[in-house]
Amino acid sequence: MTEKNPNLHGQWLDAQKYAENFGDLHPPLTPHQAFVEADRCYYCADAPCQTACPTGIDIPAFIREIMADNPLGAAQTIYNSNILGGACARVCPTETLCEQACVREFAEGKPVKIGALQRYATDVAMDAKYQPFKRTAKTGKRIAVVGGGPAGLACAHGLAVQGHEVTIYESRDKLGGLNEYGIAAYKVPDNFAQTEVDFVLSIGGITTKTGQALGRDVFLPHLLRDYDAVFLAIGLAGVNQLGFAHSDKLGGIEDAVSFIAKLRQAKDLAQVPVGKNVVVVGGGMTAIDAAVQSKLLGAAAVTLVYRRDQDDMKASPYEQELAQTHGVTLRCNAVPVALYGNKDWVTSVECAETESRNGKFLTTDRRFTLAADMVLTAIGQVFVPAPVAAQNDAAKMQLLVGEHGRIVVDDSYHTRVEKLWAGGDCVERGQDLTVAAVEAGKIAAASIHHSFSR
Amino acid sequence: MADLSTNFLGIKSPNPFWLASAPPTDRETNVERAFRAGWGGVVWKTLGEDPHVVNVSGPRYGAIHGGDRRLLGFNNIELISDRPLEINLQEITAMKRKWPDRAMVVSLMVPCEEKNWEAILKRVEATGCDGIELNFGCPHGMSERGMGSAVGQVPEYIEMVARWCKKYSRLPVIVKLTPNITDIRYPARAAKKGGADAVSLINTINSIMAVDLDRMCPDPHIDGKGTHGGFCGPAVKPIALNMVAEIARDPETAGLPISAIGGVTTWRDAAEFMALGAGSVQVCTAAMTYGFKIIEELCSGLSQWMDRKQYKSLDDFRGLAVPNVTNWQFLNLNYVVKAEINQDLCISCGRCHQVCEDTSHQAITKMVNGVRKFTVKEEECVGCNLCATICPIENCITMVPQSQGIDPRTKLPYGRPYANWTQHPHNPACAVK
Repeated sequence: MTEKNPNLHGQWLDAQKYAENFGDLHPPLTPHQAFVEADRCYYCADAPCQTACPTGIDIPAFIREIMADNPLGAAQTIYNSNILGGACARVCPTETLCEQACVREFAEGKPVKIGALQRYATDVAMDAKYQPFKRTAKTGKRIAVVGGGPAGLACAHGLAVQGHEVTIYESRDKLGGLNEYGIAAYKVPDNFAQTEVDFVLSIGGITTKTGQALGRDVFLPHLLRDYDAVFLAIGLAGVNQLGFAHSDKLGGIEDAVSFIAKLRQAKDLAQVPVGKNVVVVGGGMTAIDAAVQSKLLGAAAVTLVYRRDQDDMKASPYEQELAQTHGVTLRCNAVPVALYGNKDWVTSVECAETESRNGKFLTTDRRFTLAADMVLTAIGQVFVPAPVAAQNDAAKMQLLVGEHGRIVVDDSYHTRVEKLWAGGDCVERGQDLTVAAVEAGKIAAASIHHSFSR
Repeated sequence: MADLSTNFLGIKSPNPFWLASAPPTDRETNVERAFRAGWGGVVWKTLGEDPHVVNVSGPRYGAIHGGDRRLLGFNNIELISDRPLEINLQEITAMKRKWPDRAMVVSLMVPCEEKNWEAILKRVEATGCDGIELNFGCPHGMSERGMGSAVGQVPEYIEMVARWCKKYSRLPVIVKLTPNITDIRYPARAAKKGGADAVSLINTINSIMAVDLDRMCPDPHIDGKGTHGGFCGPAVKPIALNMVAEIARDPETAGLPISAIGGVTTWRDAAEFMALGAGSVQVCTAAMTYGFKIIEELCSGLSQWMDRKQYKSLDDFRGLAVPNVTNWQFLNLNYVVKAEINQDLCISCGRCHQVCEDTSHQAITKMVNGVRKFTVKEEECVGCNLCATICPIENCITMVPQSQGIDPRTKLPYGRPYANWTQHPHNPACAVK
């Protein structure tokens, strides 16, 4: 019987504190605030913000619609380019996309709050149960979408609008993908991911089959045989491991992706165990989300260890600041080299300082040790080809997966296999961004639709 | 410190800023507050005959807003003073006695009968006020009763009433003009002919501010119905400037003192009216938008600007812009400007390109060598000023006069001597061929 670390448990805080900590990170704009902010938009020509948006939302147009007290029209403009505009308004790193490109950022260092305005418009539409789309006549074409995350949902919606019948196969219990399972709770509170899934599905013509995993319950060759087209949006199922050998018996070591998924699905956040001392390894969005949420769950000390300079972090400066203002300590230029513990659980992490010399990345002899009741690894996710390979012939697999270990697609997200499209994080051009996944699904849907008329 | 003291028709005030005859000058309490705040004078809310008029108990005011709900234009359907004449006269007397250094002008509106004017003038003169202003301007409520703008729209009436006032009162007479006419010079000439000492303008412009699209009636409304009201505020200033200039440069009225009214919001507006010949300015909407305290900014701004320009008194710059207001046919057709975009100030919003492309002369690039960049194509630019007026950054786009070389648009040399339409070969009436 293994014993449990007395410093790794839930219930660190009282119930009200959990609710406070995991409430909306940025409260929505009031109508007054939205009008004031919308007035700041210059309505630029060929607006840089629109160019910077991976889904190309006509931002000046929707902001002008808000300004003219037409929030539903604004929502329609947003949804025309991005059916998950509500989620993107919440989770997009706007400070490195549209808001970085805003001419007011250039002029004053204060961009128009595009993300907040987008949220305002889409919130009004959601509250009004607004349906901006109407399906065209049924075509009789059937498409299988594998994976119900942002790419899959966007593709399914795009096809359903054109009158096609779509079936979404999703391995988990709920659709939504990373919006439901992989992003910090305070970015999408109040069950928003599911509200948005319901909105996307409300167009009709989309059948969902949850608990259906590719390679276990359904197989690619069968889908290609049974459907007119298939869209793979299966994301990245694997995570990278720490680069050194360590005991897998030690309790308290977890990958950040599953930690966040567990947290997101918890009915009671007080029941989510977190260590008194937490070490998060990694420098991306997932690392930040895990670190900040550990702190919010009541961890006393959270240290994020990242092997390169802070400037090299994939997490945006805004996300880095978010971590720091939540009391997360950033230890850059360091890597874990050993884990220590008693027979049952981890107690500390030994790290080595790193440096770059003549362009070479080196681990030095300078060491330090961090107390750790919990170690969360967020050092990258990887594509797992096995589900695609299952019952598939080897030659096709060779065609599908490229040299970087993800699925190869062309500009219209068509793979090198007939009738098969793919998008989102599972493809080589994937950008690990919700908004990029939506764009992939949108383009793939258009390409699939186009292929039917050829 | 420049001297802001004002002498208008012998009416002295410490500064040229008077509160116009309107809600802010309706009663002693308000006027007392205004004088304490530093206003140079007031034109008391228009007095009429007893029994006094009644106002609606629904909304009297409407507005149009710009960005961030900044008030651009305002209108009202309030009538003249709705209090007994005697109370007003007592309060005017008390206020003039208490604030002898401030201008106290009384606005009047009674039916167009000589005896009515004679009667009220005697009582007004007894208050010790400095002058009277004849309200021939209000476009709502009173005009339907044959007063206000109904008088102001008939030059013969203006002349007649002005003459009565000069006959029955020793007080300076200012005739307040309505802009709801086709040519402001006619009523101004009539006022002068009747012996008026000055004109004041503009009164408000007939307007409906908005339509309530749910009730399908004017907005604001009184129990589902609305009526036209008088429009004023920053949006009317250009109309007022033109009318003031028309009177100032009309040979028949040149030199007639003008008290300017219409959208004065900052010191700069006041200076502009004075440059067009105004001897005092009257303010209402700005006070009704921000309160009386703005008088501090008005005085400070005007005085600082005068110091910068080394104007010691208001007379030093009064009317200096009048000779430069001319008619279109005398504009120099050989004066050529081209837009120039300061690339250091440009924030690349691209609006100049968009509007020039869509609505003007396709004279601004949006890409140069594959990079987003906005530059003027000299060969297309007609110098219209559209880009500069819509640019969100001050002084980013300027119109640069050209003097050397050849205009690539017209192939004509820059810097040709003055020539206007009257001399142009395309002018059918032009003698020179």
